[in-house]
Order: sequence, then structure tokens, then C-alpha cells
Amino acid sequence: MNNGRKHIIQFIFIFTGLIFLIKLLFIQVFDSKYVQAADNNIIQKEVIYPYRGLIYDRNDKLIVFNEPMYEVMITKKNAFIADTVHFCSVFEISREQFIEKVTSMKKARGYSSVKPFPFFKQISQKEFAEIQDYMIDFPGFTIEARTTRKYANPILSNALGYVSEVTKEQLSRDSSNYYQQRDHIGQSGLESQYEEFLRGQRGVVFKIKNVRGIEKGSFKDGDLDTLSVPGKTLTSTIDIDLQEYGKILMEGKSGSIVAIEPASGEILSIVSGPSYDPNLLSGRKYSDNFELIASDTLNPLFNRPLMAQYRPGSIFKIAQAMIALQEGVININTRIPCNRNIIGCHGPHSNENLQGAITHSCNPYFHQVMRRVVNKNVLENTYDDTHIGLDKWRGHVLSFGFGKPLGIDLPNEKGGLIPSSGYYDRAYKGEKWKYSNIYSISIGEGENLVVPIQMANFAAIVANRGFYYTPHLIKSIGGSDPLPFYTEKKYTTIDPEHFEVAVEAMAEVIKSGTGQYRAKLQDIEVCGKTGTVQNDPMPDHSVFIAFAPKDNPKIAVAVYVEDAGQGARAAASIASLMIEKYLIGETKRPNIEQYVLNGKFL
Amino acid sequence: MYRGQNISNQVDWLTIGLYFIIVMLGWLNIFAAVYDESLNQNIFDLSLNSGKQLIWIVSSIVLIVLIMSLDYKFYDTFGFVVFGGVMLLLIFVLLFGREVAGSKSWFEIGSFRLQPSEFAKFATALAVAKFASLSGKRIEKLRTQLILGGIISIPPVLIILQGDTGTALVYSAFVLVLFREGMSPVPLILGTAVATIFILTLLVTNLYLYLGILTLTTILVLVFRKNLKRIAITLAGALILSGSILGVNFFISDVLKPHQQNRVKALINPEADPLGYGWNVTQSKIAIGSGGFYGKGFLEGTQTKFDFVPEQSTDFIFCTIGEEHGWLGSLVLIGLFLTLLLRVVFIAERQKWTFARVYGYSVACILFFHFAVNIGMTIGLFPVIGIPLPFFSYGGSSLWAFTILLFILIKLDSHRMQVLVR
Repeated sequence: MNNGRKHIIQFIFIFTGLIFLIKLLFIQVFDSKYVQAADNNIIQKEVIYPYRGLIYDRNDKLIVFNEPMYEVMITKKNAFIADTVHFCSVFEISREQFIEKVTSMKKARGYSSVKPFPFFKQISQKEFAEIQDYMIDFPGFTIEARTTRKYANPILSNALGYVSEVTKEQLSRDSSNYYQQRDHIGQSGLESQYEEFLRGQRGVVFKIKNVRGIEKGSFKDGDLDTLSVPGKTLTSTIDIDLQEYGKILMEGKSGSIVAIEPASGEILSIVSGPSYDPNLLSGRKYSDNFELIASDTLNPLFNRPLMAQYRPGSIFKIAQAMIALQEGVININTRIPCNRNIIGCHGPHSNENLQGAITHSCNPYFHQVMRRVVNKNVLENTYDDTHIGLDKWRGHVLSFGFGKPLGIDLPNEKGGLIPSSGYYDRAYKGEKWKYSNIYSISIGEGENLVVPIQMANFAAIVANRGFYYTPHLIKSIGGSDPLPFYTEKKYTTIDPEHFEVAVEAMAEVIKSGTGQYRAKLQDIEVCGKTGTVQNDPMPDHSVFIAFAPKDNPKIAVAVYVEDAGQGARAAASIASLMIEKYLIGETKRPNIEQYVLNGKFL
Repeated sequence: MYRGQNISNQVDWLTIGLYFIIVMLGWLNIFAAVYDESLNQNIFDLSLNSGKQLIWIVSSIVLIVLIMSLDYKFYDTFGFVVFGGVMLLLIFVLLFGREVAGSKSWFEIGSFRLQPSEFAKFATALAVAKFASLSGKRIEKLRTQLILGGIISIPPVLIILQGDTGTALVYSAFVLVLFREGMSPVPLILGTAVATIFILTLLVTNLYLYLGILTLTTILVLVFRKNLKRIAITLAGALILSGSILGVNFFISDVLKPHQQNRVKALINPEADPLGYGWNVTQSKIAIGSGGFYGKGFLEGTQTKFDFVPEQSTDFIFCTIGEEHGWLGSLVLIGLFLTLLLRVVFIAERQKWTFARVYGYSVACILFFHFAVNIGMTIGLFPVIGIPLPFFSYGGSSLWAFTILLFILIKLDSHRMQVLVR
């Protein structure tokens, strides 16, 4: 019997050993989750943030760059604040703010008590120098270096946009799964439009840490680590000196200036007034400042060159003239009496030909011209005939880049409005309408809406005698060409020969017409057209488009100044000063410059 | 004729070989468990556990020489005296000992610390063997069993008073020894059954357990239908088991201390609180599991040396083997232990002298208990009970105590030819 018991004991020993080996086989060989868990234990992934791409102006002047910035990270598990009062005074926060920070931190996404979590963000180099010496008093708090965006001049803010930490909403919308918490992302303007070029590529370093989170060297000798790739450098089409000058001229005014190089579509200057300093939206005070700027009643965040939709006014007559020529309803010698019973007019003239009508901005002339374009009597029914005529007319207008967004490389561009027959059908709710109901669009009033960038582009089209490149702000991405869309030549539906009359007329406007007093330059033949847009009960808007020189134009400008009266005053002055500044480098007419700076146009 | 024989012809070199292999492997793994690559450490560095362990190993060799040079009859003659002396030490340590991590089980003399409860194991084995070998003591008798039970219970009671429940549990290994010597298997079976029920109660709904016991009882009653006595035992057993189900909840919530409750919970479901009570088991399994089939290589482990595994050079030393040497290394170590255990059983069985045989079985069962519980807890098969892996874990007291335990048997065995059947 005892021999049997010996075997039982031997059996128990062997059985236990076998159970162990089988269990070990399962956890060591068959189940890979423990390998994963072991890696999770020891591997600490550190993100190496890339340098965001720089932005230069067209003359290689640096306009956007990065500056070092710091974040104070807390590792809750190791953190110990012996003296809260001391802590609060070093970081210049109140006790309540401190408590609020700690409680909100614990609820934050991605918070872990064993990993560093940002406690103070966006600490400038200067602030860092002040707190650096005290860091030793606060175990568990570490410093991490980041960068922040800096803007060389507080100009061009609306176009450049700003950069901030990626928001929760953006993270959840990010279908490419590129972004991670704490990444920076361009929030508007060029920073947002060229985000994928500017952001560069994150690098990653895998480090080994022990159970207390202390680093113990690199993982697999750094074989899995990747370097960060800096973002691409962008070269802007902007001439920063011209931009700055435009900004000075627009001081205290609401409106916009857009200047384009006609031969390339490159935007030389794009000014929105009033504006703000983009540096305010970069760094630690971001949210405070954003609120301040956003609540300003003059709306500095509203990017007028792209977003403000205005009636074009008389500058629209140039387009009307060319459409009529193209449609064959008039020729350059057609004279139409200035019958002021139909529609009001201004200035002493009575029976002008086409050029004279443009120069004197004759309203009855263009009222009549558009009637001929719209009612060609292809159908007997006047109403139906107007439908067809209007839509044909609209097709021509759209080919000038009006009525829909141009596709400039900035977000939130508006398209304006060029009414179609369908638009009026909806507006009149099924009631019949004909030309006599809608004629005010013939002189650029009525339902027409354009944005300033479209006006500047229109000036460039006339300067080019019939084509344009879509206006854009970036001429080179990392040393290579701009996006292909901006190197496509786009033609209007108007034959080039019809443009000459427009050019001549615009030259005449400056020589002897409404532009002669404030837009005429000594050595440069400027072509332009004023516009005075009705804005009851407020003063009229002052509008001016121009290009120069007449032959081989280098610059096309559109200026829109809200509530500033006649186009021949504020807008014409500003536009001509911009042309002078760009082509000569300075103005030879300090009286005009002073007139603009004084800003008393009415 | 045996007088002329050299003792070296009589000692069991296989056991001695296994002992030294396990001790040296243990030493290497203690180094691996604390090794820090960046510090350029040396295994002989006395500030490291591995350096200290080397001192314990060398001093163990001195102990071995001492044990082997004493007369083999000494252990028989002074069995009770040794037991009594160690029991006195256990009482002294309660009075004058130093408290370490909640247990008052250490004597401290300078930087030198000794844990008398480790030595109580071989002392108890000597006393049990001595009593069982006294002429006229038949183990089948209830009286003998009660006295033996008394001897075996004294040290665990004193050790529990010190606050070291883990070490106290080791004495349950003697049940296996008494079983071998002829005690009824009922306590063994019942004990196993209660332990099984204990675990099952935590895992399965009670209703199923009652149904299971009912089914088993019915089958057994049908099988034993011609044997009234067996039917009675079966029914009594079923009642005890059913009662123990009721007792489990009471036991867990009212008898076990909170940290002991957590160890049981961690065994059942460590994922419930991986950073709290489940930490030890979770991390231990991660370390072992990440070793794979071949392991990460000597000194290449990360989980143990970066302190994810607690007590990595003492109670959780097996994690280092599992992580750095994989399943193969585990197979080798478990193989070595099994070989040693079976060899000790073999040695015990070849003794004609009851004293030596009972002592031999005590050695086998104590070693087995440590082996089973220590490795079992690291892979999540047993609750965490802080007892070392014999010869392998870091620690002077345990190495000395296990060395004495084993080499007394080797000494007795080397004289087996001189002993007349008693």
C-alpha cells in the first residue's frame, strides 16, 4: 500500500510540473498579448515636433517664422508642490485658477497620472527665463520645448491666418488620422490653406523607461525612431513693403485693397481694414485676445477682400461695354442720348459714343446697351426673350470671374452674385418680370454683388486684354511651382480686340475724366474707372479699379472704401498711391498721401 | 567492511549536483533581476543582491562541510532538542525581533539579518521523523496522529503570530508526509476538495456547486451501496463540502485580512484592478509571458529589472527565468526541480531507517510546497503567498535553511548501509 502511496506522491509532483509547463506554454508561446503589454510597460513614445514651414514675401523677406516656446508638463504621480502660494506666484496665477487647472486637468482627454501632461502651455522665452530657476522647487514638473508662430510685421494678418493647437472637433473630423493631441494646426488664412505643406512631418523617438517612468535608454538602439521633417518653405506673392503701405493707407477706414500682377495672377498686396496683429493670436494669451478681437464691432476678423460682397457700381460698365460689343448690339461709334428721364446721371454730357460713355460713366447709355443685350427679340414673348437674354449676358459676366468664388488659395472666399433668370423667378415668386424691372443691374447696382478680389481680377483681365490667372498668394512651395490651378490661363468669352476700347476709355478716365484729379501720375499712364456705390442712408461706397502702365501693365488694383463717398476721392487716391509705390517705390504726391491719411473724404 | 568505505562513495552526487546547478542558476538570475546596463555592474559587486548572495552561497558550503562532518546519529539523537531550540528562537523573535514589512520575524545583528522561521522547517522535519521512528509508534493510530499534528502545528502558530502567514502555510506539506507513512487519505482528499471548493465558489455560482456535490454523492452512494461505512463517509464528506461553500464567504470577508482577500481576488480576476491588487500577478504574468519560447536573452529582460515585477530577486525570481529564458528556460528549471524532488523521494524510499525515510519525505514535501506555490503564484495559478523558490531566490536565511534541510538528508543517506532496520 505504501508503495502505491509513493506513486501517488510522485504523480502529484510530476502532475504539478506538467500543469506549470502547459500554463507557461499558453502565456509564453500561444498568447501574444503579454509581449504587447510588456512593450507598453517600458516603451515611452516621444513625439519630435517638426518645424513649421517659413513664409517669405516675393522679395525674399521673411514674414512668418517660428520662435521657441515652452510648455510646463506635469507628471501627476511624481508631482509635489510643497508651497502652493509659492507655486502660484511663480506662475502668476491665482489660487482659484490653480485649483481650476488641477480639476480640469483630471477630466481632460488623454490625461494620465503617470505620463507628462501639459499644465501651462505657450510660455514665451522671456517667461521661461523667469520661471526656470524655480523649477527645482516643483518635482514632477518638467519643461518641454515647442515652437510658436511669429509674424515679422503685424500686417497681412487676415491673409496669413494663425496657428493653434488642434481642437477636439478637428481631431474627430480628421479622416486622415494624421493629427494627434497637442499638434499645431493652421486655423485660417494661408496657415490653414497650405497646412499640409507647412506642417512637416512628426518624428518619433522610442525610449525605455522603468516603472517609475525614469528613462533607461533607447528602444532597440533607436532602430524604430524617425526624424521629424520640417515643413516646406513657402514664397508668397506679396510685396511686404507694398502691403505695409496699403495697411497704412487703410488705417481708420473700412474696406480693402487688392493689387495683382496681371501677367501672373500673383497677389501683390491684399489689405483688409480694420485688421489686427496676428501675434496676438499666437502664444499663451490666445483665447483672451481672440475674444477681444472677435467682439470688436468693426469686425477685424472679417477678411473683406474675400468676404465682403458689395455692389460693384460704375466699374461694371466696362464689362457691360465689352459684352455689348461681343454680342454685336453696338459698335465703338454707337451713340446713345443721355436721357436722364429713365435713369439719373451726372456731369455735363448729352450724346456720347462708347468711349465717352465710359469716361463720363453715363448711366442712360448703359441702361440702353444692356436692354439691347438682353432683349434681342429671339422670341416674340418679351418675358421669355428677357430670360434667354439675361442668362446669355450672365454667361459673359461669369467668364470675368464674377458670380462665383475665384478659387484663390485662402479659405472662406465668397462668390458674390450675378443674378440669373432663375434668381428673378424666385425673387418675383412666379410673377412676370422683364428688363424694365431689373435694369439697375446694368450700371452695377441692383442685385449684383462682387467681392474686392474679383474687382482686382477684373482690372487684371482688362490689363491682359482678355485673360487671367486665378489670383493667388503663394508662388513657390519648397522651391517648386505653385499649385497647378494657378498656372492655368483662363480666357473670357470676349474677343481680345474688344478690350482695346475699354483700355482706351479707362486711360481717358484718368486723363480727362473722373480720375484726373487724384489718380493721374506724372510718368506712368494709368488706366482706371471710378465707382460710387449707393449705400442709403449711409454715405456712398468709394470704388476704384485701375491698372498701370497702359502698355505691358505691371499692376492691377481694386480699392473699396466703405462709406467714403465718391470713387474719385478715397478709392482713386489710394489706388494711385499703391501703383506709385509699387512701380516707383515712393509717392511724388505727398498732398494726396496726406489727403488719404487724413481720411476726410466727404 | 563498510567501515573502510570512503564517505564520498556513499553520498548521492546527483542530488548534490542538482543542488549546485540550481544555486548557481539562481545566483545568475538574481544578478539579471537587478542588473542595470547603464551602471556597468559586476555580478560580484557586494552592493548588489548577487554579490551578497555569493557570500551566502560560500557560507552555505561551510555549512555543508559542518553538516557532513557531524556524526549522522546526532540528528536522530538531538532531533527534539533542535526542534525545541528553534521554537525558542521563534518565541524570542516575537519578543526581540525586528519588524520588516509587517512581519516581526527577523533577528537583526548589525547589517546581518536572520529569519528563524526558515530554520523551523528542517527542525520540524527532524522532530516529526524522530517521533515517527520511536519504537511502537504506529502512524495509523489516532493518538500518534494527534501528537504529530501537535508537533507540526506549533511552528505555524508561532509564525502566524509573527505575521507571516505564507511561511506558516508551508507546514501543510507535512500532510503529504503523514499520508505516505500510512495516515488515512481522507484528510488529504478532504483538504484538496475543500481547497477546490474554495476556488470554485469564487468562480462558479453556488447553485451549480450544490448540484455538482449532489450528483457526485449520488454516484458514490450507488457505487458503495454494499458498504455502509463508505456511504457514511461519503455523506459526511458531502455535508462538509456543502458547509464549506457557506463558509467560504464568511472566511473571505471575516477571517482573511484585506490584503489576503485581495490576493485571492487577484488570482480569480487580476484584470479587475490591474494597478491595485492585481498589479503583482498582472506584471508577473506580463514579464513571463513576454519571454516567448526562447526568451529575451540573459540580462536582456526589461520587466523585471525595471521594477515592474515586485520582489523580483526573491519571491518573483521565476519571472526573470520566464522573461529572459522563455519557455525553454522554464522547462529546464522545472525539469531540474522535478528531478531533484523525485530523486529525494527515491532517496527516502531506499532508507531502511524510519527516521531517515520520514525525514526524506519531509524534505521532498517542503521543497515541493515551495516549488508549487512559488511558481504557481507567478503564473497566476495560486494566490500570491510570499515564499521563496528553494535554493534559487535571493536570501541568506532561506538558502541556509534549505541547504541544511537537504544536506542532513544527504548525510543520513550516505550512512544508509550502516543502519540496521529499525
